[in-house]
Amino acid sequence: MLTYTIRRLLVSIPVIIASTFIVFLLVTLSGDPLANLKGRNPPPSPQVVAVEAERLHLDQPILQRYWTWITGVVHADFGPSVRTNVDIGHEIVTRFGVTLRLIAVAVVLALLLAVFVGVVSAVKQYSGIDYGFTFAAFLFLSMPSFWFAVLLKQGGISLNNLVGGQVVSTIGERSVIVEGGTWAHLTDAAGHLVLPTISLALISFGAWSRFQRASMLDVLNSDYVLFARAKGLSRRRVVVKHALRTALIPMVTITALDFAALISGAVITETVFQWRGLGDFLVSSVNERDAYAVLAWLLVVAVAVIVFNLIADLLYALLDPRIRYE
Amino acid sequence: MSEHLSTVAAPTTRPVSTVKQRSQRELVLRRFLRHKAAVISLVLFIAIVLLAFVGGAVWRYGYADITPAASVPPSAEHPFGTDNLGHDTFAQVLRGTQRSIEIALLIALLAGLFGTLWGAFSGYYRGLTDSIMMRIADLVLTLPLLAVAAVLTRATSGSWWFVALVIAALQWAYVSRVVRGVVLSLREKEYVEASRALGATDRWIIFRHLIPNALGPIIVNVTILVAAAILVETALSFLGLGVQPPDTSLGLLVSEADTAVSTRPWLFYFPGAFIVLIALTINFIGDGLRDAFDPTQRKVRP
Repeated sequence: MLTYTIRRLLVSIPVIIASTFIVFLLVTLSGDPLANLKGRNPPPSPQVVAVEAERLHLDQPILQRYWTWITGVVHADFGPSVRTNVDIGHEIVTRFGVTLRLIAVAVVLALLLAVFVGVVSAVKQYSGIDYGFTFAAFLFLSMPSFWFAVLLKQGGISLNNLVGGQVVSTIGERSVIVEGGTWAHLTDAAGHLVLPTISLALISFGAWSRFQRASMLDVLNSDYVLFARAKGLSRRRVVVKHALRTALIPMVTITALDFAALISGAVITETVFQWRGLGDFLVSSVNERDAYAVLAWLLVVAVAVIVFNLIADLLYALLDPRIRYE
Repeated sequence: MSEHLSTVAAPTTRPVSTVKQRSQRELVLRRFLRHKAAVISLVLFIAIVLLAFVGGAVWRYGYADITPAASVPPSAEHPFGTDNLGHDTFAQVLRGTQRSIEIALLIALLAGLFGTLWGAFSGYYRGLTDSIMMRIADLVLTLPLLAVAAVLTRATSGSWWFVALVIAALQWAYVSRVVRGVVLSLREKEYVEASRALGATDRWIIFRHLIPNALGPIIVNVTILVAAAILVETALSFLGLGVQPPDTSLGLLVSEADTAVSTRPWLFYFPGAFIVLIALTINFIGDGLRDAFDPTQRKVRP
């Protein structure tokens, strides 16, 4: 298992290098990062522009710029940002924390909901409740996340107006000024989490509940479940003890894969609720043609995808004794 | 004992089958028609397409027309109201629907074709070819759509077919993975071996045997790809990285209405509802197709 893990990690290094290199070329070729500086009125002196170009390594050929970056990353140096006040390494860690906080709660919520709905749907296949849950799942599967997020935000504003106070916050990950101690900070953070979490959770729930239903149906129709019933075990016991345990295994993989995808996919939710997370960082970096900043973002996302893929495969082997990795 | 047997008359003619013989296509069609939600969705989807393309052409306002009535709520004159400049929202939604459907279909076509070919060749040849082709597909999957689309639309004009091209260029890898998986198992079947023994070329086997037999999963996945493509395109346009004005798409309409949700809610709700409706109907059609092509999925417990 250890050799397998190491081999997987080693194989992914060339993929990351190729991927960052392609994106680096794309961003670099998309425009001049000094356009803003040069466009200033009055125009800056050529010396100022030259100094700035040197700071951003723009005086080097493209291949060398990439090389400078990748050797820097090994020493935890993520390169200079176009925005002079931004330290990319520090910024990306802070942003990652914000995004992680957003999706962690959402994933747990979505998972609980999806397992419950999926199992009930499968056990009561083709009943009214199954059709109802199926429709709900397809509805969230078809919901554009930005539209749903704005809808929720609007609902939150109406709720606040109705109550006449700030029940849920609709902007940002925390209030600018919080008075009071730790408790006040905690409730403030929770108040900001409610709406974005619901919006992310329900969108993920749509697909997951379908997976859970399919996997549960598969298991319920298998011979050993039939045997357990024939042996005289109660229906409840068979469903909970025998079927559910097995049916949860595929969900582990799906959740791990989607968790990684959400790290980059939460950008819409972050935009609507104005969270300063990874997604916002990417959008602003692209707008500034900040190549090194985009690369740092890509690195974090790519490593997350690879690590979570690996976790998914390892957990799978752990839970399902039929699977062995050499 | 022998007496007993002799009482049974030996069949003189071949037994007449009471079950009508049906072709694979008939079976698939029958199973699809049994899926009520899918059939309703198909009818609804065709209706939306007709409304967008035919209705958009005959509707009394064009999507760029500026009418004297600005910011009026829905009425008989303007069924979906108008925006602050006097654009008829109904006309704009129809136009946006056209664009979004065109983009989604183009994505499905390009990504479906290329992904199918890539996956079929990769799975058929296996070995080193397979490794290289699949590593390339993996690489494409790691490229973040958002970053690539953002950079490319910034650098170019952002016309609708270009947006479709960018999304398709990153989505084909999903299709290729599915097709490769199916082809890997199909290539071991006896009829492929028989064909090879008869002297069939690789190309003949891939195009005559493997791809037609993998068509079920391909159609299902491409259908789901259409629904996903609609959502991706609208999301990109919402972030300002997709279709650019003066052209319009459903995502762009929602994004423009984002700030007016409380003052002119109709600008926000109608285009959004159309996105949901289109994606929902396509998802249900995909579900019906999956049941039709793969009846083992639809299990009836004893």
